[in-house]
Amino acid sequence: MKFPLSWLKTHLETEASLDEITTALTNIGLELEGVENRGAALAPFVVAHVVEAVQHPNADRLRACQVDTGSGIVSVVCGAPNARTGMKGVFAPPGSFIPGTGITLKVGDIRGVQSAGMLLSYKEMGLGEDHAGIVELDDSAPVGVGYASWAGLDDPIIEIAVTPNRGDALSVRGVARDLAAAGLGVLVPFAPEKVEGHGASAVDWAIELPLACPWVLGRTIRGVQNGPSPKWLQERLVAVGLRPINALVDVTNFFTLDLGRPLHVFDADKVAGGRLIFRAGDGETFLALNGKEYTATQDDCVIADANGVQSLAGVIGGAATGCDENTTSVFVECALFNPVSVALTGRRHQVISDARQRFERGIDPALLPDAVEAATRMIQHLCGGEASEVVAAGAEPAWQRTASLRFARLREFGGLDVPADAAVAALERLGFGVVARGDASVTVSVPSWRNDVAASSALEPSPSLPAARADKAAEGRAVMEPECDLIEEVLRLHGLDSVPPVSLPVAGAVPVATLSARQLRSAVARRTLAAQGLAECVTFSFMASATAALFGTAHAALRLGNPIASDLDQMRPTPLATLAMAAQRNAARGFGDVGLFEIGPGFPEPEGQLLLAAGVRAGVSSRHWQGGAVAVDAMLAKADVWTVLAGLGVPMEALSVTADAPGHYHPGRSGVVRQGPKTVLAHFGALHPAVLAALDLDGPVVGFEINLDAIQDPKRRKKAAPDLPAFQPVRRDFAFVVEGGVAAEAVLKAARGAERSLIAGVALFDLYEGDKMEEGRKSLGVEVTFQPRERTLTDQEIEAACQKVVVAVAKATGATLRG
Amino acid sequence: MTDDLLRLKTETDAALAAAGDLRAWDAVRIAVLGRNGALTGLLKELGRVPAEEKRARGAALNALKEALTAAIEARRVALEGAALEVRLAAERMDVTLPPRLAPGGLIHPISRTMEEMAAIFGAMGFAIAEGPDIEDDWRNFGALNIPAHHPARQDMDTFYVPGMDVEGRQRVLRTHTSPVQVRTMLNQEPPIRVIVPGRTYRADHDATHSPMFHQVEGLVIDRAITLGHLKGCLIDFLRAFFGIDTLPVRFRSSYFPFTEPSMEVDIGWNRRTGELGGGGDWLEILGSGMVHAKVLANCGIDAREWQGFAFGMGIERVTMLKHGIADLRPFYESDIRWLRHYGFNPLAPATLHEGV
Repeated sequence: MKFPLSWLKTHLETEASLDEITTALTNIGLELEGVENRGAALAPFVVAHVVEAVQHPNADRLRACQVDTGSGIVSVVCGAPNARTGMKGVFAPPGSFIPGTGITLKVGDIRGVQSAGMLLSYKEMGLGEDHAGIVELDDSAPVGVGYASWAGLDDPIIEIAVTPNRGDALSVRGVARDLAAAGLGVLVPFAPEKVEGHGASAVDWAIELPLACPWVLGRTIRGVQNGPSPKWLQERLVAVGLRPINALVDVTNFFTLDLGRPLHVFDADKVAGGRLIFRAGDGETFLALNGKEYTATQDDCVIADANGVQSLAGVIGGAATGCDENTTSVFVECALFNPVSVALTGRRHQVISDARQRFERGIDPALLPDAVEAATRMIQHLCGGEASEVVAAGAEPAWQRTASLRFARLREFGGLDVPADAAVAALERLGFGVVARGDASVTVSVPSWRNDVAASSALEPSPSLPAARADKAAEGRAVMEPECDLIEEVLRLHGLDSVPPVSLPVAGAVPVATLSARQLRSAVARRTLAAQGLAECVTFSFMASATAALFGTAHAALRLGNPIASDLDQMRPTPLATLAMAAQRNAARGFGDVGLFEIGPGFPEPEGQLLLAAGVRAGVSSRHWQGGAVAVDAMLAKADVWTVLAGLGVPMEALSVTADAPGHYHPGRSGVVRQGPKTVLAHFGALHPAVLAALDLDGPVVGFEINLDAIQDPKRRKKAAPDLPAFQPVRRDFAFVVEGGVAAEAVLKAARGAERSLIAGVALFDLYEGDKMEEGRKSLGVEVTFQPRERTLTDQEIEAACQKVVVAVAKATGATLRG
Repeated sequence: MTDDLLRLKTETDAALAAAGDLRAWDAVRIAVLGRNGALTGLLKELGRVPAEEKRARGAALNALKEALTAAIEARRVALEGAALEVRLAAERMDVTLPPRLAPGGLIHPISRTMEEMAAIFGAMGFAIAEGPDIEDDWRNFGALNIPAHHPARQDMDTFYVPGMDVEGRQRVLRTHTSPVQVRTMLNQEPPIRVIVPGRTYRADHDATHSPMFHQVEGLVIDRAITLGHLKGCLIDFLRAFFGIDTLPVRFRSSYFPFTEPSMEVDIGWNRRTGELGGGGDWLEILGSGMVHAKVLANCGIDAREWQGFAFGMGIERVTMLKHGIADLRPFYESDIRWLRHYGFNPLAPATLHEGV
């Protein structure tokens, strides 16, 4: 909300400086957005008299002028067609900066005539687009006086942000009231004199929707002469960003801003049937004052005459019954609307208007009679005419209510010791009236304009609450909310900076662990993956539905109703999808060799979400003088999974890997990591070539997804004593030849199980599938570690153990020893 | 020393000097000290020496043996030393060659900030609460005193997810982390002290707004928590987080539907240089307030018994301020160059004892 300082001062008698006022506004919750001081840029410019303007001797289009600047007569060359002897204009002396052109003036010589200054247009002063000629001022303008102060432009325009609860502060008077309450001056009384009515109004009211419009007043003023409003009114409206229309309309806009009291004027002669009805819309289309057509729905409250809809109530008026320069009889509307009804209509038709803004925040329900009188007076003052009696429909709603404050609560809740008298005085300055006062508390009446205080709006309690608990909580709210409202008012005016900060009390000097086991899993997984060389990313949870479908099902139930862009319309099934896109973007920038990971939500099913740790590795590692470049492969992704799972305390010996990964993986080069037959902990593998092609991503690219919620909390048992035999282990190598389809894990598992008491470890050290092998067979080099415990093994014992390994592996896999 | 012994000494010294490598040296050693060596022969002949000379001859031979053994050993040491010198001279590498480094991974600045918040608020007794990204309009709005027609609901630019949830409510992407306040109060008896870091969504996309961003919510409910504690808690956090123990912090009256009184919190900075801590300008950094009695009641908490405060701040915003990151959009672009520039070492996590 914007207003010039001078307007504020029509409601606030104050000696406070602009700085004091703006600081106070911010402190009391009317946050200063800015101060526009148009006068500052205009400071060098003065009113000047053109003593003589003659044709320039050497230029057809220029005029040579003698200009009285109030401090001497100077020669000025001017190109404006309207420069003429005797006029008054605005003079810029040499050295002044011209806002409209960005040039600093110098004394010059223009085709042989000196030019020691400039006569300005509005555009050159930065006051609009008018560049048709130089500014022509009224004859009464005093020569030598600063233009800004003469034109009233040295009036700073203050802009504040008004929070949605403070409809009352969407008015100059409301702001003045708050400032006065904060001690910055005295609020000027507002008590418009009643205008005696003569005769019945030409138009009257009927309310069919009392919920949407509980009360309305109106009055006809006959014999008005409409035209442009006076300069002071136009200037105020322009200052706050409104366009002056005509006096009658300008009066309504004035009161919207001045009192926060939107009004509407109908041309009484254009209202058909002599009655305006508040009723539900019926699909009628009408042309509004903003030049757009709207079709009223059954959910809208409209104002209609015999011809149909003339206005969306509280939102925007219609063109058909609007006032123009031919209007001679005006009907003033001053109504009270239901805030919700106005908000819904405004939103439905996407109209943002000053009226809607105020009605939907709630206006002062007691102000209607005074507002009608004030508006009548101003209309008569500007346009003449005779006022009818006031016509009304509905009635003033019962807005009166009280609220109580226990003074101790200022300290116990607000954290500030405020003396009782000071608290009561602050409330009284805001317009609250003391109803009852005791030593420990005060009960006050709430002023009509503060519909945010002690408002009894409906609760929306959780349906899961037991009735007794819900009732008790509702009682608590009924007591505490009005008191909190009052505490807020007192603290607001006192300044929240005066509340002394107190550190939170803690249970003990040493804090307990902050993270839950689940949160710790995320933290450890994150550090582990980063330590594995992957860079953590944060990518959007939504993506293009077509791309999402590559990584699972793009459920319609997870497609946003109002996406911000078509490529951000679908909740991602897995962060692997957005990471693959990130790898593609990096490759497109020339960084094809990246390792990325993310810990975040995936939405593979219509309901619920998973916490996934996903990663991609793409491309070929950069070349190094000690060894060639290495392309990523599925085993690298498996290693990432293994490292994370081991780091999270998963019993690795209990894991199995099956080759049935989801469809976004290469079917032959991917795996599912399982703990037991049912629990899937992770997927890993090369991404499917079709997925890579769809993403325009050059291979090789591998990835993984770890379901962090599937991992069980590690058992916090004490470890058993370690097994540290005194005898050296013995290692023997075996080369097993098996069918190509035999899983390496089967060979290793069989070897491990051949002699459990003796075999401490098996490791695959070689895999050969080359041309020296029989077609369809492969050779696995396995190192078996035998760990003696009682004594050193004899050669015969070692030989016997090796034989057991060979037999066990042969039995399990059909392996033979390589010759 | 008799002539023969002196000669052996002289000859051995000469042979040792002539031995240029360990193999030649070993031949000398065997020729002198070996089973058939010269000295061994002389020792064997000692028995045949007349008794009166035996003592003197024996002493001389022993002295010679010690001298020869020492000379042979000294030559070995010298030869080995020389051989090592030769080897070391040959074994030279260019130590300026680039080594093969394990590729360094990084922690995203958003995660880092969340970690720091956990450390600081954890020390103040906060636990971390979480909730789903897809919420319903009651938890996101209604329970928080933002009724359907409320202007604040329009300001939120909500993303709608089709269909109703199991409780028959409209599904939305949460526009703030505040629904987790509701979940926490319904699931846990007071006292409550939680922060809620997480993803949030609003249909707004420009240079300073992202359709997905992160917030941290704070909620404290107890019997005697006042607005003074709100101020103390946030001042303590902001000073620890930014590492400026004199950071100016200002509280301004404001409005949020879910708190009353509500306050915007500003920190002192220099608008021109962007430096935090001084400079006379104020920068709005978070919103806060005492939990609204309606919110407590909607969650079944009796406001006569329990009271407290809540706050919410943008994680990207404080991250940008702390680290001087100018632009919001690269946070989500996964540009490896940006990640390498602003990412954090995973082996130096945020802990209070190492410093946040």
